Amino acid sequence: MSPEPASPGSAAPEGVAKVEGLCVARTGRPVLRAVSFSLSAGARAVVTGPSGSGKTTLLSVLAGLVSFDAGRVEVAGEDLGRLAHRGQRALDRFRAARIGLVPQQPMLFGVLGVLDNLLAAQHFAGRQPDRAGALAMLQRLGIEELRDRLPGRLSRGQQQRVAIARALLNRPALILADEPTANLDDAATERVLTLLQAQADAEGAALLVATHDARVRERFAQSLALPAP
Amino acid sequence: MSTARLLLAYLHARPLAALLTVLLVALGVGTLVAVTLVTGQAQQRMSRDAAGIDLVVGAKGSPLQLVLAGVFHLDVPPGNVPAGALGELRANRMVAQAMPLALGDSLRGFRIVGTEPALLDWYGARLARGATFQAPMQAVLGARVARDTGLEPGGRFVGTHGLAPGGPVHEDHVYTVTGVLAPTGGVIDRLVLTPVESVWQVHEGEPADETERRILEAEREITLVLVRYASPLAAATLPRAVNASDRLQAASPAVESARLFNLVGLGVDGIRAFGAVLMAAAALSVFVALFQALSDRRRELALMRLLGASPARLFTLLLLEGLVLTAIGAVVGTVLGHAAVELAGRWLSPTGEWTLTGFDFDTMQGWYLAGALALGALAALPPAIRAARTPLAGVLSEN
Repeated sequence: MSPEPASPGSAAPEGVAKVEGLCVARTGRPVLRAVSFSLSAGARAVVTGPSGSGKTTLLSVLAGLVSFDAGRVEVAGEDLGRLAHRGQRALDRFRAARIGLVPQQPMLFGVLGVLDNLLAAQHFAGRQPDRAGALAMLQRLGIEELRDRLPGRLSRGQQQRVAIARALLNRPALILADEPTANLDDAATERVLTLLQAQADAEGAALLVATHDARVRERFAQSLALPAP
Repeated sequence: MSTARLLLAYLHARPLAALLTVLLVALGVGTLVAVTLVTGQAQQRMSRDAAGIDLVVGAKGSPLQLVLAGVFHLDVPPGNVPAGALGELRANRMVAQAMPLALGDSLRGFRIVGTEPALLDWYGARLARGATFQAPMQAVLGARVARDTGLEPGGRFVGTHGLAPGGPVHEDHVYTVTGVLAPTGGVIDRLVLTPVESVWQVHEGEPADETERRILEAEREITLVLVRYASPLAAATLPRAVNASDRLQAASPAVESARLFNLVGLGVDGIRAFGAVLMAAAALSVFVALFQALSDRRRELALMRLLGASPARLFTLLLLEGLVLTAIGAVVGTVLGHAAVELAGRWLSPTGEWTLTGFDFDTMQGWYLAGALALGALAALPPAIRAARTPLAGVLSEN
């Protein structure tokens, strides 16, 4: 695999994410081979590639969700390989504190209202629920009036906004978005991307989006192309 | 937002499943609590009523019937014995005290008992109003009798022949109430006490001449004699001596009560087993409900892990859900069990033969609560372990 070279800023020493020679294999089959790149604070980048190229696996590695076989991965100053030696719990705490995740499907608690979904995220991250902060976040994303509505009664776009609000709530250093515009029309895609970028800017977080959507690719100057498996 | 809030939201989202589980636990615990209350109170009541009575001596027949009739006033006596038996027993050096009881009539279902004033001391009863009986056709009423009949000292009444209401009335023989007893919570509350001579007078009629009077006196009978032993040795010898007589039999309240509870115990054990089956069904319901929840919430459990929740927290969440369901069921069941016994006491026993109360608590009920919780925890354990094993790898790719 030969990823595109990272942007000049990506090699900065204050990089939020630094990946060197990352190799991941699953059931004996290589998924990621010698991937290297770096993201500086406030960087916006996109990971592209066909289905099965390892986009989601790369995001999972950066989030401390899966282990890797070789290479070095450093996120927000933490060496994930070293962190993994301290156990999954250390990776969980790190993820809760430093990473904001926007999954392809919004993945919300169906029995909780919008505001409670945000507060639940803080609760499971081991933080004191901040109701005022959560309400302010909903306001910033224009969904404050939906705060008591159950996810099942929201449109797909509204659900995605809640997921973005949840990802930003804990002021992450790195936001990882996995196909955030899948199954969205052009207008909704535009709104979600604008929102993601604007909120990442507001929080000063780096943003890495995995996508095979050309509409998304065009908006990002920095990109990492993963080859077909 | 807290774990408790999330738990309640999950329970609220599946109200029927939660209700079914709670109902099963409640029925199981309620059954066990009710059985424990009824049997416990019955045993307490019988022990209290039989306290201080070592032996009942009466006519040949069923010893259990003799004890039920003479001590608990629940059954008809097997027959009468000559009044002279009292003197013979009192003359026996193995007997410390002997108390005659003459049964046969009743007042609105409450038994009129011919006896001696000292019987009040046997039951630890004291007068609330008036004085004790001194002469034939005077009567002292138990607290329950006075309450239900409204009779007070100075009041007059006539007895009904037989021990149940509806028999012929002895209209020519009027009793006068001399006193009312304070409530004891025992069998004496339901008795009308009068001298033995009253019972004889009511049933003998007026003798035509002195010869007839002597004949009547010689043929006088009493129903039974309550006996207190003079020494522990009497327990071994006196019953045997009495039973050797061709007219009398001796029955020990302790032995007969135990025998009664052995007989009743089979039924009680059956009800207890039914309660246990309900509890087992409840545990199965918790197990199925949580496994169903696991399946329904697979993505949400993964989300919790994604957000930073530890496997221990997911384990606790599922375990708590099982515990909350069983705890609610156990509390509801305890309340139901007490309420059922209280209602049964009020509705099924209007004359108070078996005074049941739901306002009775003992440690056994605490054990039932603890047992229900333990069972709930046990049923929730496999789903909780499975929840704790929710994998992180692949969470994103499952989208």
